[in-house]
Amino acid sequence: MLAELSLFSQAIILFAALVLLTSFIMLGQMRTMPLIFTFAWQGLLLAVVTVLVAHVSKHPHLYVSAALTVGLKVVLIPWLLHRLSVQLNMQYDSEELAHPSLLLLGGAALVIFSYYVSLPIVHLSGLATRNTIAVSIAVELIGMLLMIVRRTAVAQVIGFMSMENGLFFSAVVSTYGMPLIVELGVAFDVLVAAILFGVFFIHLRDSLDSLDVNRLNRLSEADDAVPLPETISAPPTGTHS
Amino acid sequence: MSGTNEIPLLLAYTAAACSLLSGIVSVFAVRRHPGFLHFGSFLFLFAAGAASIAAGAWTLLANITVTDQFALGPPWLSWHLRLDPLSGYFLVLLGTLVVAASLYGPSYTREFARRGAAQPLPPLGVFTAFFVVSMQGILLADDALMFMISWEMMSLSGYFLVAYQHQHSANRHAAFLYLLLAHVGALIILISFGVLAAFGGGLSFDQMRSASVTPLWATLAFAFAFIGFGIKAGIVPLHVWLPDAHPVAPSHISALMSGVMIKMGIYGIVRVSYDLIGNVRWEWGVVVLIVGTASALLGVLYAIMQHDLKRLLAYHSIENIGIILMGLGLSMIFLGSGHAILGTLGLVAALYHTFNHALFKGLLFLGAGAVLYRTHERDLDHMGGLIHRMPVTALMFLVGCVAISALPPFNGFVSEWLTFQTALQAPVLHNGVLRALIPIAAALLALTGALAAACFVKVFGIAFLGKPRTRRVAHAREVPAGMLAGMGLLAALCLLLGVFPTSVIEAMAPITRLLVHDALPSTLAQGWWWLTPIAPQVASYSAPFLVIAIIGAFFIGYVFLKRRAAPWRTGYAWDCGFGRLSHRMQYTSTAFSQPIRRVFGAVWKVEEQVETSALPGPLPRAKSIHHQLHVQDWSWLLCYVPIGQLVLAAAKRVGVIQTGNIHTYLKYSFVTLLIFLWIVS
Amino acid sequence: MDSQLIAWAHAAVQALLFVAAAPLLTGWVNRVKCHLQNRAAAPVWQPYRDLAKLLRKRMVLAENASWLFRDVPYIVFGAMLLAAAVVPLVAVRLPTAAIADVIVLVGFFALARFFTALAGLDIGTAFGGMGASREMMVSALAEPAMLMAVFTLSMTAATTNLSIATEYILQAGLVLRPSFLFALLGLAMVAVAECSRIPVDNPATHLELTMLHEAMILEYSGRYLALIEWASQIKLMIYAVLIVDFFFPWGIARDFSPAALAISAVAVTAKLMLLGVVLVAWETVLAKKRLFRVPQFLGSAFLLSLLGMLSHVVLETGG
Repeated sequence: MLAELSLFSQAIILFAALVLLTSFIMLGQMRTMPLIFTFAWQGLLLAVVTVLVAHVSKHPHLYVSAALTVGLKVVLIPWLLHRLSVQLNMQYDSEELAHPSLLLLGGAALVIFSYYVSLPIVHLSGLATRNTIAVSIAVELIGMLLMIVRRTAVAQVIGFMSMENGLFFSAVVSTYGMPLIVELGVAFDVLVAAILFGVFFIHLRDSLDSLDVNRLNRLSEADDAVPLPETISAPPTGTHS
Repeated sequence: MSGTNEIPLLLAYTAAACSLLSGIVSVFAVRRHPGFLHFGSFLFLFAAGAASIAAGAWTLLANITVTDQFALGPPWLSWHLRLDPLSGYFLVLLGTLVVAASLYGPSYTREFARRGAAQPLPPLGVFTAFFVVSMQGILLADDALMFMISWEMMSLSGYFLVAYQHQHSANRHAAFLYLLLAHVGALIILISFGVLAAFGGGLSFDQMRSASVTPLWATLAFAFAFIGFGIKAGIVPLHVWLPDAHPVAPSHISALMSGVMIKMGIYGIVRVSYDLIGNVRWEWGVVVLIVGTASALLGVLYAIMQHDLKRLLAYHSIENIGIILMGLGLSMIFLGSGHAILGTLGLVAALYHTFNHALFKGLLFLGAGAVLYRTHERDLDHMGGLIHRMPVTALMFLVGCVAISALPPFNGFVSEWLTFQTALQAPVLHNGVLRALIPIAAALLALTGALAAACFVKVFGIAFLGKPRTRRVAHAREVPAGMLAGMGLLAALCLLLGVFPTSVIEAMAPITRLLVHDALPSTLAQGWWWLTPIAPQVASYSAPFLVIAIIGAFFIGYVFLKRRAAPWRTGYAWDCGFGRLSHRMQYTSTAFSQPIRRVFGAVWKVEEQVETSALPGPLPRAKSIHHQLHVQDWSWLLCYVPIGQLVLAAAKRVGVIQTGNIHTYLKYSFVTLLIFLWIVS
Repeated sequence: MDSQLIAWAHAAVQALLFVAAAPLLTGWVNRVKCHLQNRAAAPVWQPYRDLAKLLRKRMVLAENASWLFRDVPYIVFGAMLLAAAVVPLVAVRLPTAAIADVIVLVGFFALARFFTALAGLDIGTAFGGMGASREMMVSALAEPAMLMAVFTLSMTAATTNLSIATEYILQAGLVLRPSFLFALLGLAMVAVAECSRIPVDNPATHLELTMLHEAMILEYSGRYLALIEWASQIKLMIYAVLIVDFFFPWGIARDFSPAALAISAVAVTAKLMLLGVVLVAWETVLAKKRLFRVPQFLGSAFLLSLLGMLSHVVLETGG
């Protein structure tokens, strides 16, 4: 029961729930800038969880992982994405979701599914953080849902990064982190991916005049292109959408 | 002791006999002698209802089970009868509504006895009698033979009652659909009984009870029973006959159908799963819970879009059957997981809601019939302001609306409270997914309740409040005293069942002891003032205290405020300075439900068309605006139309063999003869 | 028997205190809002003066008002009074809390709303119908969120009795529960919708086409309007006290000794004042949403409550 755990373990559970909340906020957030900021918040909350787990489980290498997370996922990658958005003049873009409520309920269903899937693991595990394994799997799945449903390329990148967040989170709570070499490797892979995405965006913009990934349909051999709903882009002068 | 034990059975026989007498008397009730119908058959029907109540109440209060046997038909198949607390409870339900309908009927059927009426009078009384007798037979049946015969008789007499005003083709279609689905349901129920009879070695329920059925076949028997009885109860998507059939019957018959006939489906499900099959599995409970939640939500959403009053009430019956099934599903989940007391609580909640729904739905249908009697209007958008013209009917109808919206201190609130309390006990289950899904089902129940309240604000507000929208409604008068008496009886019972829930639950203890071998122990622990189904510190509700507090608050308010009030001044309603408002400026029922239609748009198939024709000239002015809105049931379009097309296509294929050519038929006979000769040799 | 009588007397006094203090909370909220918006503020007891003025005035009724229209203010006020009697304000261990639990409380609110909507439809103007229709839609969508939040809290405390739940949370001490955090956010959003505050409805609007709650009571005047206004003020206070009881119960009296009651009174006053400031900040920062954006707002509230329940099932009691 919750009341019997130490305050630090309770804090782990609280921050894990907040990470899940940021996942849902990203799922329903239609504008680009707040999406990037929410992703940065998710990284920060994840770092706090890692520090708490490091304190409770007495694995000091998790402090290094937390610092890495802060450096990469809270500072560097959001800054890169922000700079890219400003460069490509899409920081005021937002997209129309057809049924946002259905999407959020789908996310909730994913949480229940993750709980169901992780029940055997939870029963086997003896760690103090075992309850949060379901949450970590849910964060991964919701990140993937984000990639599937959203149309702007920035949202897809954020979805990918969010999946990686979930993966890192799972590693922290189920095995108290991966070996440091593996984490460093994964972190640098993510950084390289972000840079490559940036290059990819610029080329996409040049060839398709838009960052709506549905337009990649036009690259197919079929003669009749599917008519596409447009993403909304605001007028360039200072009016916010 | 067998002497006093025989009395409830004798009362039940009296009830059946009175119903049959009512039918026989109705044969003489031709139009020149309508008194036979009004005073003869309804009097016997009243006696039948009273005897049913007495029989059922005696069985419940004395906690006895009586059996009997009739040797009718073939010598190896006699008819078994059994009166136990479950049958007794439903007999009380049946009797109450029959009594209310028989008080209401004499004045209401005067309309059918007029000179220019298009249909003869005797069939109404005769088929009502058969309807009531068949339902009594279903409740008393202790073997599959008597059960199915009574079931079929109920469906058939229901058909004739639905098709009573057969001059309208819509009524005939509705009746045909009702009969078709009733028969499909009966076939499926028969298959279920067949499975149980195969294991039990005979058709009597005692043999089925003592049979040991393997889990797979038990699940199959339950599935067939659930689908078959569910067609009668009106679960989604098997409900399409209900909104067509209930509105077109005469209103006191609609009250009986919606109040009692669909409860026979619930009775069947409870009897088969808790009594005949015996050990209930929790997986069944999950299915029942899901189906119940879907029925409740879809029923109320479809109801909100209706502007035909009786059709709206029919859709609400679907919603309430969903709520009853949610209670049953929760009960099965807890029983199957080994929590007997919580299973009992769920069963009590479901059965309580069954009785409550019979009462307030009967009341609402009788009220709709009263409005129909005086104004000949069924469309909400033609009514209005009836609270001034028909004040007592309006008060009774308001009681029905408040009760069905599950508001304290009436009875609808108590059964929903019990269902919520059952759902709240989900944390005791081991299955984590169920612990997450049951609160979601409870939240959807809350949504259903709130939407039902919205719908009945619409119904009462548009029909009774505001200004009259047509001339006939503006000149309506109050209905005769008999109709008011019928409605008043049901309204008083709605209040009583809301104020004394503990006594009702105590009275239901024999049923739960019979079915699940347990009862709620702490209900009476605090006395009859407090309803504490699980434990006092977990949940408690005191309706009598609440009523006293309400009366006290009203008294204080009256003494301090109302009596010292200066009389009010009458003025115009606020019209923003545009001048006097006409009755066309009010909200219509379509307008009232428009926000909900926009929010839940995908649930219906909505076709909306607006055509404006403009006046010529520089200013944009409209000569006329034509608005058409069609809201259709998806189940009909997605399930039944394809099935119908499939059946027709198959029939066409098979019809190829019928060529009409005599040579082809001779060829068929020749080939058949050759095949038989070859087989025989 | 003696202690029972004392408990009942305390419960009665507390209910009367609740009813008497409700306009004060509204006055405080209005005053802080004026200060935040750089306007000259009326004194904190201005709502009392408004109520007294309305009670003195003579009522004007439209021509086709029925007996229902005349009785609804008493029904609504009575329902709010009963609701106030079951919510612990300064002391737990109320005998009245056993009469009605939190689900009955929701039922009382539903009762008041049902009859107010009927009163809106009674006169037969378009404004009343509009208010009634909009209010029923908003309340229908707010119900599942509220019940889910209440369920989350009840599952933790294993009871729906408000007194016992408050005591349980008090006794548990400082426990960081994510389910409570989410339930707090969800309940706060539902409270905003139910009490007709921004962003769902503007309580100070005089434009009929933007009204939800005000449009239903447009035709009321004099004593009737006083009772209905007072009832909405009591409703706001009930929601505020509910939030304080469930989530920040420290300081509430567990027995009826004068010292404990005094401390509790001071504590609850401070908490309500703080909650008022938070409400005003929220209302000043946000704008009123258009009507068909409100379902999204309530959908978010439901999602938060749902997350709270899922956190409880998955994180707090799992394993």
